[in-house]
Amino acid sequence: MAAHTQPGRPNQLFRNLNSKIASIPMMLTAVVIFLGGTIWTVVYSFTNSKLLPRLSFVGLDQYERLWDTPRWIVSIQNLATYGCFSLIFSLTIGFLLAALMDQKIRFENTFRTIFLYPFALSFIVTGLVWQWILNPEFGVQSVIRSLGWTSFTFDPLYNSDIVIYGILIAALWQGTGLVMCLMLAGLRGIDEDIWKAARVDGIPMWKTYLFIIIPMMRPVFVTTLVIIASGIVRIYDLVVAQTSGGPGIASDVPAKYVYDYMFFAQNLGQGFAASTMMLLAVAIIIVPWAYLEFGGRKRG
Amino acid sequence: MDKSLTMPTISGQAGSRLEAGPQGKRPRKTLSSRNIIVYGALGLAALYYLVPLYVMVVTSLKGMPEIRLGNIFSPPMEITFEPWVKAWAQACTGLNCDGLSRGFWNSVRITVPSVIVSIAIASVNGYALANWRFKGSEIFFTILIVGAFIPYQVMIYPIVIALREMGLYGTLYGLILVHSIFGMPIQTLLFRNYFVSLPEELFKAARIDGAGFWQIYFRIMLPMSLPIFVVSMILQTTGIWNDFLFGVVFTRPDTYPMTVQLNNIVNSVQGVKEYNVNMAATLLTGAVPLIVYFVSGRLFVRGIAAGAVKG
Repeated sequence: MAAHTQPGRPNQLFRNLNSKIASIPMMLTAVVIFLGGTIWTVVYSFTNSKLLPRLSFVGLDQYERLWDTPRWIVSIQNLATYGCFSLIFSLTIGFLLAALMDQKIRFENTFRTIFLYPFALSFIVTGLVWQWILNPEFGVQSVIRSLGWTSFTFDPLYNSDIVIYGILIAALWQGTGLVMCLMLAGLRGIDEDIWKAARVDGIPMWKTYLFIIIPMMRPVFVTTLVIIASGIVRIYDLVVAQTSGGPGIASDVPAKYVYDYMFFAQNLGQGFAASTMMLLAVAIIIVPWAYLEFGGRKRG
Repeated sequence: MDKSLTMPTISGQAGSRLEAGPQGKRPRKTLSSRNIIVYGALGLAALYYLVPLYVMVVTSLKGMPEIRLGNIFSPPMEITFEPWVKAWAQACTGLNCDGLSRGFWNSVRITVPSVIVSIAIASVNGYALANWRFKGSEIFFTILIVGAFIPYQVMIYPIVIALREMGLYGTLYGLILVHSIFGMPIQTLLFRNYFVSLPEELFKAARIDGAGFWQIYFRIMLPMSLPIFVVSMILQTTGIWNDFLFGVVFTRPDTYPMTVQLNNIVNSVQGVKEYNVNMAATLLTGAVPLIVYFVSGRLFVRGIAAGAVKG
């Protein structure tokens, strides 16, 4: 306001002062917590902190130890398996559902409500429900056995080879509704004339989707991909609720590894190194995307 | 018969049409093979999404003997509300046996102030970013948005130390502060995009009339932004209620939010597993976000769409 009455511009710092004061919480959060906290963790990942953070640097020791720990390797493998399947299935199922919803159907709102409600529930609730449904003594396995197929075996939560797929089923139940919604918004954004032109040319519907609509929806797919991917790296609550990382360490994930080392094993250095690896994984996803999305627009 | 010939008859003489019965080609909509496929697939998918909710409700209404006998999909033979009472008032976590009610009230005490504080901060921030840009404001905003993608695990420990220094570690205030901080990126984005979309003339007219930063915010922007406030309240309420990680890191057993307490009740190793009580507790914890979701309907969809699409 000072600048408004005095065109002479007395001091750069006091221009627009109220706005700067109002933005203090945002600036503090951005710089101190997001930037500062991240740098702090990365710096301390090069130390041998145990119970308390200490600044005695040991170079890359923590990282070497991290990649020598079988539990970390298991978590990374789980994350990779879970991540790949989660991406493929949620994009495919989400798009198929959205395409079906886009056929000018009746009860669209009802279907949307049904597909999206799991997204309102927490991962803890999701994990506990599916833990119950997949319970071998009472759940799906026992029901199918009682129908006469006595040798039927489906106990993902108690079989360390397939436990991650048990988690995948629950995660897809929770998250595909969101993907469907994003895809549907993308489909609705496509000009009706494209469809008319394709019909005039006699192109079958599946071909129109595959070769015309999907390439046109590239931005929607990219956004969705980034949202799903950054959620995948974070997966924690679902595993804790559904399996607590078990049987043994078979369903461990990086986020749980970090938490356990920071707050139970009193091995902070390991926790920091592992969380820095998580940060690296996210950076690999985010940086190319940010570059593609905002690189051209922002000139500096 | 040609379609174009029947059309005027339908609109023109409804009475004679009724006597003569339906004319023209049968509309091929109702039971075409395409419709069967579309509705069949949607129905099947809907079933997959609905089954867990059904199983939760059904299990929570059965007694334990019936659960041990039957299958999880069968409806209860004898409906009992005892598991619900037990989950609410008697279920044990560690030494405390006063049920989920304590977690519920903790969650209420965490969610309500967190939602209010984070929305108040974010709306002012978004307003400043949209209408009162200053040198560097976009840089801070970019850091904030990029920060939203950083895994929380990276930032948790420095925050633990900071809260411990301030004497807030383990208290509800500490957790409220954490929720307000981590809700900021998405909320600020939401408000900024909304305020940018408002006509700029409004802001300019107020400026010419001599209104300042706060005057414009309270007298013009705030009354105009009720819809976005509702959307962001929905997002924050469900998000904070459903949080687990911050709850488990930043609180102590007597201040645990509902999700943490629920997980402790269900996954506790000691004692006989009471699946009906567990499912009742799970439903109770999921009830708040579910009610918010079903009541808000389209606004919820709008919220997640607005939050997902970066502008």
